[in-house]
Amino acid sequence: MLAFALRRSLTLALTAWLATIVVFAVLELVPGDPALLMLGVNAQADTLAALRAQMGLDHPPVERYLRWVGGLLRGDLGVSLTYARPVADLVAERLVVTLPLALLSLALSTAAAIPLGLLAVARRGRGGDWAVLGFAQIGVALPSFWIAILLILVFSVTLGWFPAGGFPGWEAGALPALRALTLPALALAIPEAAILARVTRTAILDTLGEDHIRTARAKGVSRTAVLLRHALPNALLPVATVLGLQLSFLVAGAVVVENVFTLPGLGRLLYQAIGQRDLIVVQGVVVLLAVFVVLVNALVDIACAAADPRPKAAS
Amino acid sequence: MRRRLPWSFWLGLALVGLLLAVALLSLLWTPFPVGQVRVVARLRPPGGANWLGTDHFGRDVLSLLMVGARNSLAVAAAAVGLGAALGVPLGLAAAALGRWGDELVARLGDLVFAFPAVLSAILLTAVLGAGAVNVVLALGLFNAAVLARVTRGAALAVWRREFVRAALALGRGPLSVTLVHVLPNVLGVVVVQTTVLFAVAIVNEAALSYLGLGVQPPNPSWGKMLGDAQTHLFTAPLQAVFPGLAIALSVLGLTLLGDGLRDWLDPRHRSSGLL
Repeated sequence: MLAFALRRSLTLALTAWLATIVVFAVLELVPGDPALLMLGVNAQADTLAALRAQMGLDHPPVERYLRWVGGLLRGDLGVSLTYARPVADLVAERLVVTLPLALLSLALSTAAAIPLGLLAVARRGRGGDWAVLGFAQIGVALPSFWIAILLILVFSVTLGWFPAGGFPGWEAGALPALRALTLPALALAIPEAAILARVTRTAILDTLGEDHIRTARAKGVSRTAVLLRHALPNALLPVATVLGLQLSFLVAGAVVVENVFTLPGLGRLLYQAIGQRDLIVVQGVVVLLAVFVVLVNALVDIACAAADPRPKAAS
Repeated sequence: MRRRLPWSFWLGLALVGLLLAVALLSLLWTPFPVGQVRVVARLRPPGGANWLGTDHFGRDVLSLLMVGARNSLAVAAAAVGLGAALGVPLGLAAAALGRWGDELVARLGDLVFAFPAVLSAILLTAVLGAGAVNVVLALGLFNAAVLARVTRGAALAVWRREFVRAALALGRGPLSVTLVHVLPNVLGVVVVQTTVLFAVAIVNEAALSYLGLGVQPPNPSWGKMLGDAQTHLFTAPLQAVFPGLAIALSVLGLTLLGDGLRDWLDPRHRSSGLL
């Protein structure tokens, strides 16, 4: 187990390192002068020179890369051109929106998917099963940003139950903040729940074919008890794995959905930075999101290996 | 015994066929010229000459949807084509080269999966500017990594089979074995994965166009139509329904087609899927 965790940590470090190279290299692709791209053709010569010096453009790329990575390791993501503030501070401010949004959508999707998966298995081949599978098939086909617009149409424009966008901040109280996050979280959770419900159903059905389930049934344990106490805990492992893999889609979905609801999160920061040509913010946020995805995937792998030694042995 | 294709395949094929037919028809005919702006007729509800109503410029929504289908399909096809052109040979090479190639494809996959397709597209458009070409590039690279992984997995299984060992024993080289024996046997898996990636590409293209980073105006795109419709939700709510429905039906068609093909190629999956 320890060897597996160590090996996985090594590949995690390698991938994170490669991700920094990719982000740095892509920004090197800027045709012409990055400072000119950011400030525009009407920029003053001394402003351009100051930005070039701040970005270290007068140094060779390798030196700039090493400085940038060194900064990343110390939590220094550079200083935003637009906000004239450290990018790390901007990220920290926006995380208080994006992180609760992601957690809320994960909680909602899991809370819906596991009971739906159980229902499908309990009613296998009957109406309930077909309804869950129909939801799974259609839910996957719905883009989260369209769901977001439909939710605004129904719950904000027509019923007026939730705000159509914006975020009052946590200082306004937990309830108004959660109200503002409910529709965005639902928009992200519905396609996620569709995938997870299907995975839960398949995982439970696979588990039901195993010997210990047959033994439990032979010993007279009821069907419901077998499902809840024996099949479900074993089926949670593949569900957790898929949940980890889905994280990158959640990150991408959050970028778009935050813009639908004009939520001041990381996705909105990234989007606005593109409009403002603030490459320092783009670079910092993208590398942070990429490393976050890599880290969570590695943690899921290690947690799954700890919970079930079989994949570890196979690897 | 020949297996019958499942009904999911036929339903998916019908939806995808409809999408293709609409896209092709838009080359020859649309109810109104797609660029025709009539401000006096803006935001009309569905009915009359404009079956699905008009947008905020008074353009016919059905015509925009038809040309949008063409743009959406073109971007998705190019992204999947680029992914297949890079990913399939890479996956085949990784399986043929053994451990070294395996490790390379695995690490490449880890790296690409760290950047969700939308995120890499945002990064590229930040540097190179918004537009369909950069979206194709970003989505294509993501697809290449997925297809390389899938092809490698399927090819490794074929390399272990006896007819491949026999071909090697008869003196065939790795390239010849790959082209004559391995490639035909992995094509089914690749085709199934391609339909899934096609669906993902349609959603991602729409998301990027919604953000204004994909297909650029005046070219219509479903994502941009949704973005425009959002600003008129109070006055013309139905305008937000049609483009989304078009995206959802296209994705549903492609996923059903992929599921149907997978079930047909590998009936063991049938119990786990809808169909």
